[in-house]
Amino acid sequence: MRAFVVAVFAFLYLPIALVVLFSFNAGHHASEFTGFSAQWYGKALSNPFLVEALKNSLFIATTSAVLAAFCGTAAALGLQRVGARTRAAFDALLGAAIVVPGVVIGISTLVALVQLFAVVNPFLASLWPTGQPPRLALGYGSIIAAHGLFSMALVTMIVGTRLASLDRNLVEASSDLYATPLTTFRSIVLPQIMPAVIAGFLLAFTFSFDDFIIAFFVAGAQTTLPIYVFASIRRGVTPEINAIATIVLAASVLLVLLAQWQLGRRKPSP
Amino acid sequence: MRGSLFRKNLVTALLLAPAAAWLVVFLVLPFVAIAIFSVGERAPEGGYQAALTLAQYANLPARATAFWNTMVLAPVGALGCLLVAYPVAYYLALRAPQRWRLILLALIVIPFWTSLLMRTYAWMYILGGRGIPALLAYVGIEDLRLINTPGAVLLGIVYGYLPLMILPIYVSLERLDRRLLEASADLGATPLSTFLGVTLRLSLPGVMTGFSLVMILLLGEYLIPTLLGGGKVFFIGNALVDLFLQSRNWPFGSAIAITLVLVSVVVLIVANRISTRLSGARRVDLI
Repeated sequence: MRAFVVAVFAFLYLPIALVVLFSFNAGHHASEFTGFSAQWYGKALSNPFLVEALKNSLFIATTSAVLAAFCGTAAALGLQRVGARTRAAFDALLGAAIVVPGVVIGISTLVALVQLFAVVNPFLASLWPTGQPPRLALGYGSIIAAHGLFSMALVTMIVGTRLASLDRNLVEASSDLYATPLTTFRSIVLPQIMPAVIAGFLLAFTFSFDDFIIAFFVAGAQTTLPIYVFASIRRGVTPEINAIATIVLAASVLLVLLAQWQLGRRKPSP
Repeated sequence: MRGSLFRKNLVTALLLAPAAAWLVVFLVLPFVAIAIFSVGERAPEGGYQAALTLAQYANLPARATAFWNTMVLAPVGALGCLLVAYPVAYYLALRAPQRWRLILLALIVIPFWTSLLMRTYAWMYILGGRGIPALLAYVGIEDLRLINTPGAVLLGIVYGYLPLMILPIYVSLERLDRRLLEASADLGATPLSTFLGVTLRLSLPGVMTGFSLVMILLLGEYLIPTLLGGGKVFFIGNALVDLFLQSRNWPFGSAIAITLVLVSVVVLIVANRISTRLSGARRVDLI
């Protein structure tokens, strides 16, 4: 059995290792490794389209993860204070936001937003006194909102799990000692759930940064890094893509490790 | 006292409002929108025309190949994942040395959270003309095509979704009461019958959770069949991309999407039934 497990780990990591190895290939061809070189990284990072896509992805991932961390944490706190029925309804919707395949989230958001814009844009134009009226369109906003949906549900679940295991005695002790609810929250609850919030934020960032399929539908004229990479892959496999893939993989691994470390922290240091 | 109750409710409402608004505007309303579109008609220039017809659903057989491929490769892929995942989860939960367990578990979680696009790209690279086929050409096996075959798609599926299958099975095995295993052995059961009667049976909820999650995500898969199937192995996801972004037949695409969601719901309900019948429901941690 041990041999089998070792083989599975090799199966999981060898392909990734190969991509990383060939990103340092001096030669052009994927079949032979002709020596170490970082030239493909230089090429990738001097490609303006790629840098633009990378910046877009960073902006979208940061914004959607920040929004998700705030709204998700607030929701997890709020769900502690409501009845079983409201809670069940929320849990069902949050579960759906996580489980519904990205392709369905993508197209349904696309359909709804296009219909909404078709109503709102003429209305905005009629209100606008002079000059060019603002026009709502697919782009940053729609990607952030669609990514944030999944991320917020994820944060709510992670923080909710942490809240469920929170030491109630501390909260009661705090209010017995005449702390206001806000003080209790700031000095007792928040420090205890903070690792979960940070972990949720990091995973939300990773999700948004890596997502292709949702952004593919709702990006409009914008390009994210996965969309750019997908388009390049379809044109052909090059060491330049390996270099980008390596950067993205390294970033994801780092973020996930950070998230796990945060979740593993049982008690925050005072 | 009244005032403080009111304030308490207000705080609760304020805490829940952003999430509720998000869920309604970007989950519920879009779903209602595609439900409405799916009973509509296609406008001559390719948009939507209001109608109340089941014509789009009646037209589903037009994409029978995509449905067929998905409905065959999704369960087969999920089964492949399961066969590889179970021994790994078993080893991690019951056999691995304590100090290795967390590290090994992290090594399973990391691929789950890294870009599926990049990980699928790795296999394009390996299976493509300059990968394994080029190596095999050295030893005299020529003209072997690996990429753009159903086998390549299946391999990509197992590779991509293996971590998602391992985690829930690991959780259910890890929470297993070890005294049951000892009791079974003390009562004279062979290791095999202990495994079948106790371990496997009690881990079935995890198996069902993993299987249904992988199945549902596979039903909407697009990247793997596109990159490793090369347009030869069409999934429902490919049909949806085509209908929404290329041929712009949104009502028909909406009908396919609604069907996809309904199939997912059926998969979830069946899996839930099976696992609650066999033992209590269990939570799954994705991290």
